[in-house]
Amino acid sequence: MNSVIKGASYVLVHTPDMVLYNGTTQTTERIVNPESDYLKAIPNNLRSFEEAVGYWPNQTYIGNVHPDELAAVEMPWYDKKMENAGRYGKFGEIMPQEEFLFLVQACDMFEVVKLEAGFVEAHKEAFAKNPIISEDISSRIPNGAKPGEIEHHVNEEHAEGLYHDGKLVGCVKKAHDIDVNLNAHVMHENLMSKASSVLALLYAVRNAGIAKEDVDYVIDCAEEACGDMNQRGGGNFAKAAAEVAGLVNATGSDTRGFCAAPAHALIEAAALVKAGAYKTVIVTSGGCTAKLGMNGKDHLKKEIPILEDCLGGFAVVVTEGDGVNPEINLEMLGRHSVGTGSAPQAVMTGLVTSGLERGGLQITDIDKYSPEMQNPDITKPAGAGDVPLANYKMIGALAAKRGEITPKELGDFIARHGMIGWAPTQGHIPSGVPYIGYACEDIMSGKIKNAMIIGKGSLFLGRMTNLFDGVSFIIQANSGDAEGESGVSEEEVKGLIAKAMKDFAATLMSES
Amino acid sequence: MDLENQKRVKDFADEMGAENLVVILGAAEGEAAGLAAETVTAGDPTFAGPLTGVQLGLTTYHVCEPEMKEEFDEAVYDEQISMMEMVLDVDDIVGEMSAIRDEFCKYL
Amino acid sequence: MAILEGKKAIIIGDRDGIPGPAIAECVQTAGAEVVFSSTECFV
Repeated sequence: MNSVIKGASYVLVHTPDMVLYNGTTQTTERIVNPESDYLKAIPNNLRSFEEAVGYWPNQTYIGNVHPDELAAVEMPWYDKKMENAGRYGKFGEIMPQEEFLFLVQACDMFEVVKLEAGFVEAHKEAFAKNPIISEDISSRIPNGAKPGEIEHHVNEEHAEGLYHDGKLVGCVKKAHDIDVNLNAHVMHENLMSKASSVLALLYAVRNAGIAKEDVDYVIDCAEEACGDMNQRGGGNFAKAAAEVAGLVNATGSDTRGFCAAPAHALIEAAALVKAGAYKTVIVTSGGCTAKLGMNGKDHLKKEIPILEDCLGGFAVVVTEGDGVNPEINLEMLGRHSVGTGSAPQAVMTGLVTSGLERGGLQITDIDKYSPEMQNPDITKPAGAGDVPLANYKMIGALAAKRGEITPKELGDFIARHGMIGWAPTQGHIPSGVPYIGYACEDIMSGKIKNAMIIGKGSLFLGRMTNLFDGVSFIIQANSGDAEGESGVSEEEVKGLIAKAMKDFAATLMSES
Repeated sequence: MDLENQKRVKDFADEMGAENLVVILGAAEGEAAGLAAETVTAGDPTFAGPLTGVQLGLTTYHVCEPEMKEEFDEAVYDEQISMMEMVLDVDDIVGEMSAIRDEFCKYL
Repeated sequence: MAILEGKKAIIIGDRDGIPGPAIAECVQTAGAEVVFSSTECFV
């Protein structure tokens, strides 16, 4: 019996100050061009929390505006404000920076995160008041650091500063004096990923209507590595986050695959549950500080504010077949394999049609495709085009080459089977998974019968291989059989045999 | 253009002579193509990489331009690239590339 | 005169456009020698 998706969560964390101090476009600029006008201009071109909340694509991400509704909003979106937009959404929330820093500290198990006393005084209550933050988390916040302590760590001890409204309010210290894998920069990056994953886990448990104790296993699919000099990528962000989220019965592990990791992880989760190894698995990941402001230079040049000012996170709960929730089909997986090659046509064939063919389906039999769903408002001004649209054109072009549609019908195909992008450019975050929450809703309401989630990864960036990678899977309406109700049970078989033997005995008796 | 790639381009120009090189691009959009083309001809316009202020003037084309297509084996092009003609705005790319070539290429 | 024949080719591919290896396959058929190929990723 296929595993089902019981719930999904999507969170954003607004981290404007981290753009300047932690986004690699900015940190690189500081090295090659420290006096650059671009760096000086950034603080005046950051969005406020209210602006980030009122930004239409962000509202789509957290569940308040269906992608179809977003498509009706005239682009560009960066100069539009959604009326009555709130920070909380059906799938999660947009958390403000000052509250997130407390979540980061709650995730710190080695006393490397320090927050200044005044900052703690001013904002701690707001953090504790957030309905999703339970007392066991908020009680982990210690008293604030004394005056001068933070500056000392940052100036003398290579600590990574934590800033809010342009002011230094805290720091992440190094966790080791010599080991570069435990330096302040790495600790900062990893804690941000962990904390945003924790937030996603908390909402996923809520959205799925399960108890924290029900979770058996967590898979983290972000793109960070945690370890030390002897095991640089040892990992297990999954368990680290599960601990803070209170998932006491869970263990976990990390799946790495660049941007394709979420799709890989979901296939793994579905397979684990279908095989009976675990009953409730959550796939999760946090966001990436390195990618903040990635396309900032292009944005400012075009008088667009810094739009890449949020960390993204998500979590999907996969459980045993229940006869109700949408299923994950494991029989028509698409894949880009070692021998597939890099030609876009070959890549799309591997990802889309190789799986469909196994089930005798055509490209047009999938109601919605969810490939890379990056927000075009961010990517178009940066010269990176409209990524979802490019993917849909490729899928449609493949359908045309296979004779399923005519080239003239390409536009219609895209309108029917495609969607406008909305996810932040946070690498793995937009890759296939943003639509899962809506896909399940749309399947349950009968709006669609299936959707294909496609993840793609640029493995060559790690310089270990020149290959691409990608996998896909289909989410479909539940076939309706619940666990234990399909087929005939052993009881029934015994009963049938007993009756047959009684009838036979009766026949023998009546004949003698 | 990636800083490491800029360095490699510069090194190859030094080692092998700029007139012996051709840079072929695969950019998804006209703007990105123009930016890469400018970088290997007039210098990095973002002032971020090793080609900042370095005017190599290299011959550069996008792989989908007609002058390039003409020289490729048709079957290989068809298998590797042709589908992308339905996806990319080739006219836009040609426009950007031609403008850069006309102004900055030294070896055409 | 052919642009590529006998020349050394430097390939800068794009993950969302045409990746390096696909360009290399084509460029080789035109008689150029590929000395460097890379695929960039902007998203």
